[in-house]
Amino acid sequence: MREEIIVSGRNNPLIDPQLHIWHWEIPLYLFLGGLAAGVLFFAALYTIRGRENDYRTAVKIAPFIAPIALTVGLIALFLDLHHKLYFWRLYTTIKLESPMSWGAWTLMLVTPLSMLWCALHIKELFPKWDWKFDIIKDVLAFFEKQKIVLAWIMLISSAILGIYTGILFSAFNARPLWNTSILGPLFLASGLSAGSAITIWLSKNHDERKRFAQLDLMIIGVELFLIVHMFMGFLASSQVQIEAANLFLGGPYTAPFWIFVVILGMIVPAILEILELRKFKIPVVIPVVLVLFGSLMLRFIIAYAGQASRWLY
Amino acid sequence: MRYAMAIDTKKCVGCSDCVVACQTENDVPIGYCRDWVVEVMDGTYPQLEMEIRSERCNHCENSPCVRCCPTGASHYGEGGIVLVTENKCIGCSACITSCPYDARFVHPKGYVDKCTFCLHRVKKGLQPACVAVCPTKCMYFGDLDDPRSEVSMVLKKRKWKTLIPEAGTKPHLYFLI
Repeated sequence: MREEIIVSGRNNPLIDPQLHIWHWEIPLYLFLGGLAAGVLFFAALYTIRGRENDYRTAVKIAPFIAPIALTVGLIALFLDLHHKLYFWRLYTTIKLESPMSWGAWTLMLVTPLSMLWCALHIKELFPKWDWKFDIIKDVLAFFEKQKIVLAWIMLISSAILGIYTGILFSAFNARPLWNTSILGPLFLASGLSAGSAITIWLSKNHDERKRFAQLDLMIIGVELFLIVHMFMGFLASSQVQIEAANLFLGGPYTAPFWIFVVILGMIVPAILEILELRKFKIPVVIPVVLVLFGSLMLRFIIAYAGQASRWLY
Repeated sequence: MRYAMAIDTKKCVGCSDCVVACQTENDVPIGYCRDWVVEVMDGTYPQLEMEIRSERCNHCENSPCVRCCPTGASHYGEGGIVLVTENKCIGCSACITSCPYDARFVHPKGYVDKCTFCLHRVKKGLQPACVAVCPTKCMYFGDLDDPRSEVSMVLKKRKWKTLIPEAGTKPHLYFLI
């Protein structure tokens, strides 16, 4: 038997007895960032493919979610900082090896971009909108002409935003549960799934809803595949990662993860979407809310469980 | 120059003098500590083996905390000592989650704080506070690049280990076993 204890009475707040330095702010932001990335990604994708009028909600209406989600997410991130008045230091440095620095600069690009995109489409939401000043109209007219370029920038930057939310965690080798490169694609897929769910909810067009239900089904399939692979990777890895996987395979996070994230957040909405495609009448709000809930829970559970996983001394 | 510390687990009695000395010297806020003592008990009675370690920041050569810091507040100072610049730190806690040794904490003033190997004393030619007060003289501090420094000599003579070397951090805290 081996027992290891700190005998000098260390009790550093938020570190002991178990690390819990990141609370609700970080997973909430990761969810909102992923959601914004998903919405913007589809808007950019269908603009580039010239299908703006077929998928009007995805290109012109759903992107209005993005600046709102990003602003709330940024407020959450700001609340998480302990030395708040120095937050501007993020923007006096570029550190390529720090995911946090990548995230700060990506947000600096994506947030104004999403606002610009909404400004270009504001008449879809408010037909009587008038910008009043000519200079604003001129600037917007310029970007209207460059829309394809704008869409390409948005496509790439939203993909970076979606992946980085996972990379932020996977860059920490001190927390074995997070230290897997699967988290990047998994969080991107989860964000895209949330984005397509929101589009299904907002859309009134039958064909568009059908297309996004098909897309969402495909993405849920990818997510399940990634989750299985994540656990296969853990179980074939070192002892610390086997213990990290065991948090979900019999440990304290087993029930919340498999029930909330996998069953309620992926499998049930997938079944409902299949039934809907088979012409059963299902209120659209049910699969949508379940997908969003599952996406949020995924972030919360990974964030909390990761802090509970550690190296053995 | 590469500063390092060696701690003799055969001599350490776990008195926690190092912890108190550090708190006094560095004005560590009450309830926090930059160093701590770990007691490991192995086996079942009567076949028991005990190891006592005085632990602190490992001042890693390949520090995950320096790598993940978004503002450059966490950096390598003189002799490879890992330091935090208070007015550059935004308190995002990325470094705290990145440290496999849990050696960092958030100071009540908001910035992240940790062991500095008492650089302010070392610059004056003194030993770090914890080393200076140790009643069993079980700690050695010095420059790894100097083959005649106390720490280099003792690491040559004795068997040693580092903590979690498999994390790839290249720690500068050695435990003589």
